[in-house]
Parts: sequence; C-alpha cells; structure tokens
Amino acid sequence: MIPELGHYALMLAFGLALIQGTMPIVGTRTKDPVLMSVAAPVALAQFAFVAIAFLALAECYVASDFSVLNVFENSNSQMPLIYRLTSVWGNHEGSMMLWISILAFFGALVAAFGNNLPVVLKANALAVQGWIAAAFELFILMTSNPFLRIPDAPFEGRDLNPILQDPGLAFHPPMLYLGYVGFSIAFSFAIAALLEGRIDAAWARWVRPWVLVAWMCLTLGIAGGSYWSYYELGWGGFWFWDPVENASLMPWLAGTALLHSAVVMEKRAALKVWTILLAILTFSLSLMGTFLVRSGVLTSVHAFAVDPRRGIFILAILVLFIGGALSLYAWRAPLLKQGGLFAPISREGALVFNNLFLTSACATVLVGTLYPLALQALTGEKISVGPPFFDSTFGPLFVPLMLVMPFGPLMGWKRGDLLGAAQRLFAAAMLSAVAIAATFALVRGGPVLAPFGVGVAVFVMMGAATDIAERTMILRLPFRAAARRAIGLPRSAWGTAFAHFGIGVTLLGIIGVTAWGSERIAAIKPGQSLTISHYRVTFDGTFNRAGPNYQDIVGHFTVRRPNGQFVGVLEPSHRTFPARDMAVTEAALMSRGVSQIYVSLGDPNPDGSVAVRLYYKPHVLMIWLGAVFMFFGGGLSLSDRRLRIGAPRPAKTRAALQAAE
Amino acid sequence: MTRKQRRLVLIGGGLSVLAVAVALMLNAFRGSIVFFNSPTDVVENHVEPGTRIRLGGLVKDGSLVRGKGLRVRFVVTDGSRDIPVTYQGLLPDLFREGQGVVAEGALDGSGVFKADTILAKHDATYMPKEVVDALKKSGHWKDDYAQRAALPVSGRIK
Repeated sequence: MIPELGHYALMLAFGLALIQGTMPIVGTRTKDPVLMSVAAPVALAQFAFVAIAFLALAECYVASDFSVLNVFENSNSQMPLIYRLTSVWGNHEGSMMLWISILAFFGALVAAFGNNLPVVLKANALAVQGWIAAAFELFILMTSNPFLRIPDAPFEGRDLNPILQDPGLAFHPPMLYLGYVGFSIAFSFAIAALLEGRIDAAWARWVRPWVLVAWMCLTLGIAGGSYWSYYELGWGGFWFWDPVENASLMPWLAGTALLHSAVVMEKRAALKVWTILLAILTFSLSLMGTFLVRSGVLTSVHAFAVDPRRGIFILAILVLFIGGALSLYAWRAPLLKQGGLFAPISREGALVFNNLFLTSACATVLVGTLYPLALQALTGEKISVGPPFFDSTFGPLFVPLMLVMPFGPLMGWKRGDLLGAAQRLFAAAMLSAVAIAATFALVRGGPVLAPFGVGVAVFVMMGAATDIAERTMILRLPFRAAARRAIGLPRSAWGTAFAHFGIGVTLLGIIGVTAWGSERIAAIKPGQSLTISHYRVTFDGTFNRAGPNYQDIVGHFTVRRPNGQFVGVLEPSHRTFPARDMAVTEAALMSRGVSQIYVSLGDPNPDGSVAVRLYYKPHVLMIWLGAVFMFFGGGLSLSDRRLRIGAPRPAKTRAALQAAE
Repeated sequence: MTRKQRRLVLIGGGLSVLAVAVALMLNAFRGSIVFFNSPTDVVENHVEPGTRIRLGGLVKDGSLVRGKGLRVRFVVTDGSRDIPVTYQGLLPDLFREGQGVVAEGALDGSGVFKADTILAKHDATYMPKEVVDALKKSGHWKDDYAQRAALPVSGRIK
C-alpha cells in the first residue's frame, strides 16, 4: 500500500509540475495576475506530493519491505537503521528521488518566502522550476521507478554496497545535491530575467543568497566526499581527479565565479550579461554532473546498474535545458542594458580576474573529463586522462588566482589603488617570505616548489587577516575602538575573510600531505614494528569481531614514540559482508593535531604475515578544515543584514551609501 | 580610458587567459594520456616497451603467485592472448582470479608487464567497462557476468 501511495503521489507531483511550468508563463504573457499567482501554491503542493513520495520510499526501507524491488536490491533487514535510511539514496532510483525532493523543496522556499519579489519574475522563475521538476519526475516515472514490486517477495534483501555503508554517506549525497540543485534557483531566475528581457542590480540581490546556500552545501558536500574516499577506499588519497569528482568540482568552480560576479552586479550593476551566462552554465554543469554520474557513461561506484534508456533520457533533458537556455540567452541577452563602468584596476577588475581564471580552470577540468568520452565516441580509442593532466593545467591556473585574491577585498570599487593595496599587504608578503625560508630551513625532502606553495598559502591566509585588520584599524586605533569597528563591520566582510582564509588552509593541507606525506607498505608478522615519521607502529596480532551484518578481522596496532612512550592504538579491519560475498578494508586513523597516522590491512599471507599499508599524512585535516572555514564564511555572509532583509533599495541611495563606506 | 579602451582591456585579458589555458591543456595532453589495451591489442599493435598503458582483462585462473615482500605475479588474459604481469604492493580488496582487472604500467624488454597501479574496483559484480568491451570484442564475454548480479538470492526465513 505504502509504495503505491508513493508512486501515486509522484504522478500527481508530475501533473502539478506541468501546471507550474505552463500556467504562470501564460499569465505573464497575457498579463493575467490570477494565472501568475497560481505559481506559488502549485509549487508548494508539488513539494508536498514529492515529499510524500520520498517519505513513502523511506518508509519501505525502514520497514524492510522486500516486496519492493528497489529495497530488495539495496537493503537488508540486518543493517542498522541509519544505513537503511541512507540506502534510500545509495542507489540510482532513490538518489533521483532525493534530487527531485530537494528541487521541489527549493521551489517551495521561493514560493513561500519570495514575497518581495516582483510578481512577473517570481511567476517566471517558478515556472522554470516547474519544467525542471517535470522533466526529472517524468524521468523517474519512465525509467527509474523506485516503487516497482516483485511478485514473490524474497525474505531478505541483497544489502547495500558495503563501501556505501558508512556514516559519511548519510551526509555526503544530500549536501552535494543541495548544492547541485540549489543552483537551479539561479538558473530559473536567469531564464526568468531573459524571458522578461529586463534585469537590474536587485536581481543579483535576490539570487545571491540562493547561490550562497548552494555554494556552501556544495563546498561541504565535496569536502565530505573527499574525506569519505580518503578513509573508506583505503588508499589514503583525498582527491583522484576521477570524472565523478570532477563532475562536482566543475559546478563548484562555476558557482564560485557566479558568487563573485553577482557581487559586482549587485553593487555596481555591471557584468549583467556575464552573470546571467554564469548562472546558466553553473546549473548546466550540475545537470551534466548528474548525467555523467547517473547515465553509466562513466564506470564508477556511483554509476549503479546501467540502463541505456536512462542515459538517453538524461541526455535529452540535458540537451533540452542547456541548449534551450543558451539559445534563449543568445536571442535575449543583447536586450539587457550594459551597466556601470570601471577601470581595469579596481575591485570589479579583481573580480573579473577571479572569474576569468575560475572559468578557465573549470574549462580545463571539463576538457579533461569529456575528452576521453569524445575520443572514444569518435575513434573508438580508449584513453584515460589522469592526475598529471589536471596537475599541469589546473595548478598553474590556480596560482595567479591565489596571488591576486588578497588584493581584491583591499581595492576600491570603480577605481582601485594597486600600490596602496600592495603596501597594506606588505606584512602578509613578509610573513609568507618568512614561511618559505623557514620551510626550506626546517623541513627536509619534498619537491623544491613545495615551500613556495606554503608561502602562497600563508599569503592567502594573512591576506584575509589583513583585510579585517585594515577594516577594523586594529593597528592604529586603541583596542576598544577597533573591537567596536569589528562588531560594526558588515557580516559579509567577515564572511569573505573567513572563506578566503579557508582557501589558504585547504591549500596548506594539500601541499603538506602531497609534499611531505610518507608511506610504508610491508608484510609484517605479529610482534614486528614499522617506523614512520617519528612514530613506531607495532603489530600485535589479529582477532575476530562480529558486526550487525558483517564479520571483521581486526588488526591491533600500538603506536609509540621512538623512546617507547605510548601514543595510542589503531584497529584497522578487513570486513566481510556475507549478503554480498564482498569484503572491504576499513582503515584506522589517528589524529595528531592536524596530521594523521593511517593504517589499512591487506591480504594475509600463508606464512602468517599480513600486508599492511601505513601512512603518515601531515596537515591532512587542514584540507577539510579549510572547507569548514569556507562554509562558515558563507554562513556569515548569508546572515548579513543586507541579504536577510533583502528589500532592494533604489539605485540612487545605494550609490550614496557606497561612497560613505 | 574611454569605454571602448576599457572593453578592449577586458576582452584582451580574457583572450590571453584563455590562450594560456589552451596552451597548458595542449601541453598536458602530449605527456599525460594513457591508452587502454587488451592483451590482444598489446600483441597486435606491438606496444613498445616502456610506453605507459592500461592493460585490462581477466586474471587468469590459477595464475596468481605471491612472492616475497608483497611481490605478486599473475596473468591477464582476454581469452585469446595472455600477458604476464608483475606488481609490488597491496592488491585491491576485490582482486580475484577469474575477475576483471585493470593494471597501469609498462612492458619491460622481455614482454612482462610491470604494473605500478592495480585499479581498485568497487563491487564484486562490477566489471570495468573497458574490460567488458574488450571481452565482448574477443568473443569471450559471458552473459552471466552481468546476470549474476540480478538473480534474487533465496532468502532465509525471518
């Protein structure tokens, strides 16, 4: 009964999405306020029915209803409740359900809280949301129905893929999807603006919070996925330049560019046409990510059972939406009026620089990801484009971005003072030079360029601190006055500083772990030790342990200082899941400050020894800590009074306020 | 500066960044691309020793030999041709005889493939797509590779 209810609710939601996609558009064409006002309640109703469908599927999983094919294939009654819930989106059908649930949720938010939006813009934007929802709901109903029943219900399910049975998976896909789908709002607003043929600075103010929320979630989602693959796949790598990872990185790069160009548009009414294009491209990249991951074009853990019909369907959605949006853009964008002027050396100029490099970096990732697919389709030749490609294209494009980043916030709008900014960054540059010298002096080994990388990271972090120090005048005013200024600073200024600081932190982590990480692989017997960095790790033996739906062979390792001082115990395991006849390696981690010791178990050998992979990962936690800083900075910026109140002021008063800043 | 000059600076800057990006990509494409080959491809295309390739096929039954210090030897086959492979390090969890595998490395002078990476697979029923295609091409693909996953298991009584 429950699955049928969910199925029916999904069909109703599809019907409502069709109404949401057509009525408001007709309304805006015929200037009929009644038809336009249909948009908001229908969007809310559509969300309600999608939510019912999603909850119905979740209930099937929680109740272990194996008469539902999707539940049978991906769940098991022995699994803990948390994994029965996360297996809802640990498979193709369920993850698409999550996708449309989040889409409908965002649509409902616009409908419920968009009271200060112009009526026409709101109606058009919700209509575009309706089209996207209709397309994906039809996709689910036609090719990926999660509510299909099996005539003879089996007694037990086939279990979730063991490597997906992990707390990280409770959090990574929803965050990623919040990011992907959150950009649909920017897309819908962009299309709505093009349909109307009118756009102003206020548009950027309405769109910016949505972009910010999507960007924050995507940042955390990518970081979560990276941490998951770091500890779960047992290789100790945090980023593989795998096409699936690239699929999430591309919208992030484009979304970061969009976030910055929207600032220019909001403050200076410039870069309108470019911002619209970025909004379209960012969501297009999100859609493409969905296509790459879900269609089975790529072989990976994310491309579950492969059905060619699905690939073609998503490709059709992709062509329709991206092609349609770009055609509309080509046709209508020339109508949009050009905005404010600015000198190349100015805050706007710095943000344009940021946009240029971010989009170029995004383009290199796109080429590296799609080139093998294109080559195979055209010539049948199979190639792989691996980390060396991305390291030698993405890296050089990111260095100038990092070097210029601290200058941006220190420059004035319209016309900046490069020399003045450079003088204010003098202390940051000096600290970075000290960091380079200290790294050369104190750390042995590693690539020659690594200390310079540390210097860049320190420059970025200190640059962010300089911005705050300058704004609060902490070095010139007495502390009390500076503190008052610090409280009075716009939250978005703090947000910028935190997010930029976070980039520096992440960079430092990446450099630390790639340049100075060490690895030992060996077959050792109980009682033997391995030395890594300044730790001695002793293998004490193995024992068996039973989990709810798995068996562990646990290795017991003791970590000591070279002088014998006890540090801690590591228990990596070899985990076998009988339901799938499959084994995974569960690595064990020990954090020492922001560095980690990482052990994973390999195969036991006939002579009683066990293969062991032991890593020392210096500064590795900073990679994800930086992402948390970025998320926090985004949150601060989101809480800025300007965005919270959101009432767009007329352009004239805003210009006056600007001058006073 | 006039409006026109400013626009020229912007467009010029944009184009030059784009040119740098294209140059970087072209340069990277020359050095960092790895071709995928089945054992038959390796023999028929006369892959030069020392060229980095990916070798994909099935691990031949009974061919896995574990040596000292994590050294392993096995044979990758596509049914028509066999290539001996050596590797030092930990094998992925799902490395098994009779299963698909993708190894990255290069041939040495004596026709032995020295792998430095054995690609991890994620699922017992999952077969690397390149391997599937290679097997299909050589006529050794068995449909039960795909169907094994779809058969419902007979469940215990709850």
